[in-house]
Amino acid sequence: MNEPQAQPDAPPALPKAATGIEGFDAVTFGGLPAGRPSLVCGSAGCGKTLFATTFLVNGATRYGEPGVFMSFEERAEDLVANVASLGYDLDGLIAKGKIAIDHVRVERSEIEETGDYDLEGLFIRLGFAVDSIGAKRIVLDTIETLFSGFSDEAVLRAELRRLFGWIKDRGLTAIITGERGTGQLTRQGLEEYVSDCVVLLDNRVEDQITTRRLRVVKYRGSPHGTNEYPFLIDAEGISVLPVTSADLDYPVSEGVLPTGIDGLDAMLGAGGFYRGSGILVSGESGTGKTMVCASIVDAACARGERCLAFVFEESGEQIARNARSIGVDLARHVEAGLLRYEAARPSLYGLEMHLARMQRDIDRFAPDLVVVDPLSALRGPDAELQATVLRMADLLKGRGITALFTSLREDGGLGRDGDIGLSSLMDAWIKLLNVEANGERSRTLYVIKARGMSHSNQVREFMMSGSGLSLVDAYVGPAGVLTGTARAVQEAEEAAQDLRRRQENRRRQREAERRRRSLDRQIEELRADLEAVAEEEAILLDEDERREAALLSERRVLAVRRGGER
Amino acid sequence: MSETEIDLTQSDLPDDGRYRLRLYVAGQTAKSLAAMANLRRFCEEHLAGRYEIEVIDLMQNPQLAAGDQILAIPTLVRRLPAPLKRIIGDLSNTEKVLVGLDIRPDLDRAPPAKGPPEADRP
Repeated sequence: MNEPQAQPDAPPALPKAATGIEGFDAVTFGGLPAGRPSLVCGSAGCGKTLFATTFLVNGATRYGEPGVFMSFEERAEDLVANVASLGYDLDGLIAKGKIAIDHVRVERSEIEETGDYDLEGLFIRLGFAVDSIGAKRIVLDTIETLFSGFSDEAVLRAELRRLFGWIKDRGLTAIITGERGTGQLTRQGLEEYVSDCVVLLDNRVEDQITTRRLRVVKYRGSPHGTNEYPFLIDAEGISVLPVTSADLDYPVSEGVLPTGIDGLDAMLGAGGFYRGSGILVSGESGTGKTMVCASIVDAACARGERCLAFVFEESGEQIARNARSIGVDLARHVEAGLLRYEAARPSLYGLEMHLARMQRDIDRFAPDLVVVDPLSALRGPDAELQATVLRMADLLKGRGITALFTSLREDGGLGRDGDIGLSSLMDAWIKLLNVEANGERSRTLYVIKARGMSHSNQVREFMMSGSGLSLVDAYVGPAGVLTGTARAVQEAEEAAQDLRRRQENRRRQREAERRRRSLDRQIEELRADLEAVAEEEAILLDEDERREAALLSERRVLAVRRGGER
Repeated sequence: MSETEIDLTQSDLPDDGRYRLRLYVAGQTAKSLAAMANLRRFCEEHLAGRYEIEVIDLMQNPQLAAGDQILAIPTLVRRLPAPLKRIIGDLSNTEKVLVGLDIRPDLDRAPPAKGPPEADRP
């Protein structure tokens, strides 16, 4: 961890045996030291036996290394039953000769010491079990039990030293478990003998919430993560979750994730949110955060993208049912394997644990979109809370996953005093606000910010109906911003005004028509007059011509007559 | 590994009041040889004529170690009379061997007047 770059070049790399425990191999850069004993210690109930069993089972099933489990506490049947809940079929592995279990019963009352002895019997048993299946791995759980069965501590210590030497000589990768003692790692100081690798498991309770943690106390000859890492034991086995603090150098995506809510996409300059960004949806309860998320998830799944939702206040089924009321069918996506709900009460784990669990689930499911609903449900000391949220955001950004967080707090804050600025971690912030006016509430939506894109600054009213979410332009006019019924009233009034205006218009149009027609008529009459006058004129002209002609002929006759007289 | 620890070793033997002892050793070590010598001497002294000793060398038969839950070497197991008893060490402390095998010297020295018969097992 200290010098991550320098390590791969170092030539004499210590050979390591992978445990197959998720995360642990990453923290130790490969697993436990191969061919050597490692000590796994911790107080009762912290998962030592499970850790060791997982190491053996994974060795047998994944890495082709059979293993011997030498149990000093649990009987073989109990051991098989205990790990069956994790899906480990020890009986099957035993039948196939991949695992051998030897229960060593140490009963003080049955043992009478009558002189010198050694523990050669233990060596013979172990050697026989190892040889019978060709084991490469062994587990001794918990060898300190021997101290309760034999009184000669000097002999025991000498024999233990011999045993660990024997393990090294045989090249066996071993896990020795030890109970946590006061003032030292184990009750009998086993760390004195097993010094190559020591792993400490811890189970701490804070505010009534348990968090399991793991720390590699030492690892001779190898770099290792030095932090305390939370680890998880559940139906999927044991997983260590190194939540590394990411740097701010994630790849940035230009792709856009449409929200599937028409009006909302239109408010965002890019037609949606940038992929890989963190989006905060804040609003008090009942403002519709979950339904906004459901709509976005539905749209993403409909495009064939994978979505993982961490919900803290409702179960996945409940959300799916509720979403059906707005016409969004999430159940089909769950069935298709595109959508998974991970529901847990916030108080179920500590913050580290929640974060760790998320990381594991995210890495397994490989989603394109992650929903955390609501983020504000996580509780814890403010400093820890902020660090957790920061790392959660980094975790998602580092993987290029678009994240949708909801927060119950209107101001986007988190924590008891609200002085944890959540909004500055987010790339986009949608604020849902219930506006109360005229005795009713209506839902409004603002885009407070959307980094890297232009966005509408206007408030929108959003409606939930059987056909989904839709955004309505809120009334913004001389009377201010109106929503709900007030908006409807205002709209009706505007419609009436509009109607009146249109009617008036039509009336004036008709008037103009009439006047035009009357003018047309007058023109027609005048034209008729004009024609009459023209006709008259023509007649008069004709008469004139005829009179002229008559006069002319008369004059000619007269002239002829005068000429005759001459 | 088999978890049959106590049963099979006893059920096939007749409970005729004889001491059936089994000594587990690992090779011819000094402790093993001492234990064998001590056991022989002890039996002749206290259980003359009514004992059987079986010596098992785990170096030759390592598979037998798990069955009788052997850890320490040498281990002496009293298979009969019941209940099963385990004594570890080279048997050099005679008093402790007597306690471990549950033998009361005064009674056992007179074979006919053996103490109250032990509960017979089928």
